[in-house]
Amino acid sequence: MEKEAGPDTAVLRLDDPWDEASAAGWSEPDGAGATAADGRPRPVERRGHTAAEVYLEVQGSPAFREVRRRYRRFVVPAAAAFLLWYLAYVIAATTAHDLMARPVAGVLNVAMVAGLGQFLTTFLLTWAYARHARLHRDRVALELRWETQEMTRGAER
Amino acid sequence: MRGDHQTLALLLFSVFIAVTLGITTWVGRKRQGSAEEFYAGGRLFSPMENGFAIAGDYMSAASFLGISGLIALYGYDGMLYSVGFLVAWLVVLLLVAELVRNCGRFTLADVVAARMAERPVRTAVGISSVTVSVLYLVAQMVGAGSLVALLLGGTSDTVRAWTVVGVGALMVVYVSLGGMRATTWIQIVKAVLLMAGAVTLTVLVLVRFHGDVNALLTSAADRSGHGRDFLSPGLRYGGSWTARFDFVSLGLALVLGTAGLPHILSRFYTVPTARAARRSVVWSIGLIGSFYLMTVVLGFGAAALVGSAEVRTSNASGNTAVPLLALVLGGGEGSTGGTVLFAVVAAIAFATILAVVAGITLASSASVAHDLYASLRRRGAKPRSEVAVARVAAAGVGVVAIGLGLLAQDLNVAFLVGLAFAVAASANLPALLYSLFWRSFTTRGAVWAVYGGLVPAVLLVLLSPVVSGSPTSLFPGVDLALFPLENPGLVSIPAGFLAGWLGTVTSSEPPDPAKHAETEVRSLTGAGAA
Repeated sequence: MEKEAGPDTAVLRLDDPWDEASAAGWSEPDGAGATAADGRPRPVERRGHTAAEVYLEVQGSPAFREVRRRYRRFVVPAAAAFLLWYLAYVIAATTAHDLMARPVAGVLNVAMVAGLGQFLTTFLLTWAYARHARLHRDRVALELRWETQEMTRGAER
Repeated sequence: MRGDHQTLALLLFSVFIAVTLGITTWVGRKRQGSAEEFYAGGRLFSPMENGFAIAGDYMSAASFLGISGLIALYGYDGMLYSVGFLVAWLVVLLLVAELVRNCGRFTLADVVAARMAERPVRTAVGISSVTVSVLYLVAQMVGAGSLVALLLGGTSDTVRAWTVVGVGALMVVYVSLGGMRATTWIQIVKAVLLMAGAVTLTVLVLVRFHGDVNALLTSAADRSGHGRDFLSPGLRYGGSWTARFDFVSLGLALVLGTAGLPHILSRFYTVPTARAARRSVVWSIGLIGSFYLMTVVLGFGAAALVGSAEVRTSNASGNTAVPLLALVLGGGEGSTGGTVLFAVVAAIAFATILAVVAGITLASSASVAHDLYASLRRRGAKPRSEVAVARVAAAGVGVVAIGLGLLAQDLNVAFLVGLAFAVAASANLPALLYSLFWRSFTTRGAVWAVYGGLVPAVLLVLLSPVVSGSPTSLFPGVDLALFPLENPGLVSIPAGFLAGWLGTVTSSEPPDPAKHAETEVRSLTGAGAA
């Protein structure tokens, strides 16, 4: 497993916020990684000795656990829900013909409504996930990224 | 009349080929080939560009012509495909895109092998990735041959054979000269053309019915010969229980397989960050979703305006539904509008095939050079030589695909796409998800997950009715069909996950907590991302 070399990390640090600004429309006024998280615990104070120790340390830090918790709390229920909803749809479409053929309005029947519903829920979940990640994860994750990179760089020198 | 179609369509084909070759030489002249450049196009595409490119990679001619055709023939049951193809993107968005972007450099194996003994895992994932790509590629090549023959009216074998050879040669040129940067721009051009074509036809259909969807569906149902049944499921998959399980199996493979397709995963490395990868998936879900909604309108429009019977007479699997619809919408056989629209649709379908095969060829050359070759070569060779290997691999993959495409020319290979998705879902996805989310996952688990999904998927297909034992099989004369379903997903996907779990719990080597910490931290924060 190759570790980040020092010069690479330095290049990343220079390039990345800039790329974010042009490519991803990053609009935080203070720039990426320039300030500490407001009121959030700083992840790590002590420096690790090797890169492996750094990663273990970051993994155990409250800030990282918070990012992971926020990610999982959204993704696990959401993934379970849409997979079940899709499976239910496919099974109903292949087995429950009478239910699916029941008219709802005009020529629209249950099957049509369910099919369009799949499209709609996909769009909605996409929007909700992107919003959740943008508001609740991106900032902390980015700070953790700089700090971890800083630490691994220190660790390898 | 036929002659006009052909001339105009050939002219448009040539324009597209000229434009894409122009892109390729321009890109090739400007840059020297580093691995970063060749596999990831320099990683500086914007989310919108990559979103279009992903959509371009994903929307094949099979979806444009095939799904609309199925809807025109079987009504609602055709729509089931579009739903599966779209919902699949939620798996990609939620579980895969950002984490893969953060952890990997060029291929899927980068992510899985990061935590494990590199060589066996890289080899296994490389093999399954190449398998998926080649299956998908052969399906596209054979499709290209019959499609061009169909659209140009010449059904002779020579036309089809030369189309397969031509498409193969072009894709090798795009990939080995232009790498990821050229491939991405070709995808973008193609996605824009495809969306423009679909929007135009959809608007024309809706205008025909004065925006009244009710009227569209009613007249589709009337002209289909099935009445109201046309608008509810059951015409295609409602028969025997085997048919029903088959569709559930295919549905599973579609939804879980997309997140394991190498050519889709490699697209996330073309953007600078995980955030950009997420935004490109959001773009592509918007594009793909609206595209599939439009195919629904086009399918029902073809049933209403052309008629299911006429579509079936023209092509038994419905592939000509959209071109015929274009002819009617443009003013009918013999009119200028009809000729132009028909030629435009044919050209778009051709562009679609070329772009998709280029994307897959690139991904499989990356798997060969970066995973298989790199794990078998001596340590310490320069990255430059790996790109040279990748260029040669692209040519090799091209030759294999042309050969298989020519051999399979007369065979019914529609099942290959479903099979490619099934292998991706059974071999690639378990290994990927386990290594991203499971703390105790080990090398043996990873290797078993890959082979435990790949081998059953391929074996079950060999023992299924698509290969032998039924009149529509590849070898109708033989009967080895022990497995009743055409798509192995229902069995092989759980098998892959089970094998990965089994390999892990029986493994003597303890999982390395530091490697897991590294993968987890990197995947969620992007620390040290390439």
